Amino acid sequence: MNIVNAINNAIDIKLNEDPNVLAFGEDVGKEGGVFRVTEGLQQKYGKQRVFDTPLGESGIAGSAVGMAIAGLRPIIEMQFSGFVYPAFNQIVSHAARMRNRTRSRYSTPIVIRMPYGGGINALEHHSESMEALFAHVPGLKVVIPSTPHDAKGLMIAAIESDDTIVFMEPKRIYRAIKQEVPEDKFSIEIGKGKIVQEGTDLTIVTYGALVREVQKAAVMAKKQGISVEIIDLRTIYPIDRDIIRDSVTKTGRVITVTESPRSFSVASEVSQIVIEEAFLNLEAPPKRVTGFDTIVPLPKGEHHYIISPEKIYYEILDTIKY
Amino acid sequence: MFEKYNPINDLMLQVINNDGKVINKEFFPKLDDIQIIKAYKDMLFERTADLMTVSYQRQGRIFTYPPNYGQEAIHIASGMVIKNEDWLVPAFRELGAYLAKGATLKEIFLYFMGYEDGTVFKDANHILPISVPIASQLIHGTGLAYAAKYLNKKEVVFAYVGDGGTSEGDFHEALNFAAVWKVPVVFVVQNNQYAISTSKEDQTVSVNFAIKSVAYGMKGIKVDGNDLFAMYAALNEAHDYCSKGNGPVLIEALTYRKGAHTTSDDPTKYRDKAEEEKWEQKDPLKRLKSYLIDNKLFSEDQEKNIIDDYKKEIDRIFSEAENYEPYSLNEVFKHHYADMPQDLKNQQREHENFLKWKES
Repeated sequence: MNIVNAINNAIDIKLNEDPNVLAFGEDVGKEGGVFRVTEGLQQKYGKQRVFDTPLGESGIAGSAVGMAIAGLRPIIEMQFSGFVYPAFNQIVSHAARMRNRTRSRYSTPIVIRMPYGGGINALEHHSESMEALFAHVPGLKVVIPSTPHDAKGLMIAAIESDDTIVFMEPKRIYRAIKQEVPEDKFSIEIGKGKIVQEGTDLTIVTYGALVREVQKAAVMAKKQGISVEIIDLRTIYPIDRDIIRDSVTKTGRVITVTESPRSFSVASEVSQIVIEEAFLNLEAPPKRVTGFDTIVPLPKGEHHYIISPEKIYYEILDTIKY
Repeated sequence: MFEKYNPINDLMLQVINNDGKVINKEFFPKLDDIQIIKAYKDMLFERTADLMTVSYQRQGRIFTYPPNYGQEAIHIASGMVIKNEDWLVPAFRELGAYLAKGATLKEIFLYFMGYEDGTVFKDANHILPISVPIASQLIHGTGLAYAAKYLNKKEVVFAYVGDGGTSEGDFHEALNFAAVWKVPVVFVVQNNQYAISTSKEDQTVSVNFAIKSVAYGMKGIKVDGNDLFAMYAALNEAHDYCSKGNGPVLIEALTYRKGAHTTSDDPTKYRDKAEEEKWEQKDPLKRLKSYLIDNKLFSEDQEKNIIDDYKKEIDRIFSEAENYEPYSLNEVFKHHYADMPQDLKNQQREHENFLKWKES
C-alpha cells in the first residue's frame, strides 16, 4: 500500500463500520478526489455518504460543524492546504471552539484532510506547509503521517476522535513509499511520536515528507561515524514532549527539520521544549533546518527552497562540531 | 403564499396594519384568542426583560449587551412555530426565540455577565449557542439540516442573521449548499435597517433581501417583521414547506432595531429622530395590543399589572444570576478537548502554583 491507498483503506473501514461517518468535499465523490484518496468510495457507499459539494471551503467546513453537532462524523477534504483559508474562520471560530463555548455539550468530531507541502512542481498555493497555523489554535489537533502504515492507523484514530483533527497529508510522498500494511483495522494513538532510527550523537525531530530526506542524511552522517536518532513526531499538537526529552537527554544535540517557514514555527517550539526539558544535557544550541521565511517559489525556483539531504547533512556537521 | 409574494415583485406579506386592523384575511393564521394573548404577553416579557437588561448594563452590573426591542414579533412568532425537535440556530439578537426554545433568562444574564455557562442552554433541546462571527452560523444550519435529512429525522432548522450578514460570503455558501442539497432549513434575515451603523443602501442594491433566494433556486418571501400574524403565517408556511422535503426557504423580516446595536453603540450618530418616530408607529407590541383591545381581549390595566409582575420576576432572576458561582481556573481549561492534553494540564498546574505562592 502507498499513503493514498492507506488513507482510502482507513476511510473505507470506518464508512463500512459506522453509518454516521460521511466523506465529502470538492470532487471527492465521482472522481474520488484530485489525488484519488477517496476513489471508489462513493460507488461503494452511495451519494448520501460520499459526495461532491459545491465549490466553497467555508461551506464544507461549516456544514461539517453542523453535521457533527447533530451526531455525524464528517471527513472533509480541502483540495489543497493552500485553499483552506476561506474555511479558516469556520475551523478556528467554530470547529475549534464549539466544545468550549458549550461547556462540552456539543463537540465537533471532524477530520479535516488536506494535502500539504512542496516538491511537486505545482502552481502557486499548492506547496505550503502551514501546520503551525493550526497547531497554534486552541481546540484543534494536528496530525501528519509519513508512512502508509502510520497514515492508516492515524486516520482511523482521527475519525474515532471526539475532537477536530486537522489531518495534513504529505502529497509529495503520496505514492512514493510502498509498505505492507495490515488489511484489518488498527489505530495509532494521536499525540505520540515514533523513533524511526536510534542513534547516540544527535537527535533530528521531523515529520511528513521530510522523514525520508532525514533518513538519507543520516546515512551520509553514519559514513562519517555520526550516529543520528530520528524522531517522527506524527502529531504536531498535542506534541510528544516525552519522546523529545528522552532522546535529547541522551544525545545532547537536536536539529528540527521542517518544510515550513522558520520563524514562529513547529521547529521553534521543539527548540524551546528542548531548552525546558534537557537544558543541562545540551552540547550545542538547538538548530532549526526549515523552509525560508518566504513564499514557496514557483517550480523553477523551488529547488532553492526544498530541503535536500545534503543540506541536512551539512547542518548535522555544523551541530556536531559546535 | 410563496407564489403570491414572490420577492421579484417586492411585495410584503402583512396581515394587520399599524392600527392593528386585519387587512389580509386570507393569511390570518389559525391561532385562537388564547394563543394570541399569550403571544402578546411573551412579547411584553421579552421587551420588559430586554429594557431591564439595558438598564442593568448602565448600572455596570453586566457587560456589553445587544438589545432586542422592536424585533419581538419575529422572535415570539419563531418560538410559536419552532417545535421541540426543530433546531434553533441563533445569531445574537433573538431573545424571545431562545426563551421559547427552553433557554432561561438566567442563562442569558450569565452569558452577558461573562460566563460560557450562559450559552449552553442546557435544558433546551436542539439549540446552538449564540454565534458572534456574522453569518458564519448559517452554514451550521445547513449542516444540521443535512444531518436531519440523512438520518430521516422530522426536524426543520431555523437559522438567523441580520441584514448586514447577507453581505458575508457565508450567507451565500449556506444558502447555495442548502438549495443544492435540498435540505430543511429556514433562513430568517432580520432586516432591522442597520448593521451597527451601516444602512441597507450601503449593504446591497437588491430591491429587497428576500429576492436573493431567487438566484439560489429556493423559495423566499418578504414579511412585515413587526406584524406577529404575518411572521407566524410565513414561518409556519416555511416549516410546512421544509417538512415536506421541498428544500430551504429564505424569509426577510422587515423590522427596526429600536435600540442601539449594543450598549456600546450610539445610534444618534447615524439616524435621526424623525426616522425613529416613523417606525414607532409600526411598533410590533403597539400593533398587536391595538388588535387585542379592539377585539376586547386585553386592557391597559391588565398590561400594567403584568409588567409589574414581570419586573419583580426579572429582578429576582437577575439577582440569582449575580450570585452565580465564581469562575474556576479548571473551567478555563477543561472544555477544549475530549481529554485534556498534557501541555494544558501543565499550564493549569503552573498557574495554580503561582496562585498558591501569591496566597502564602
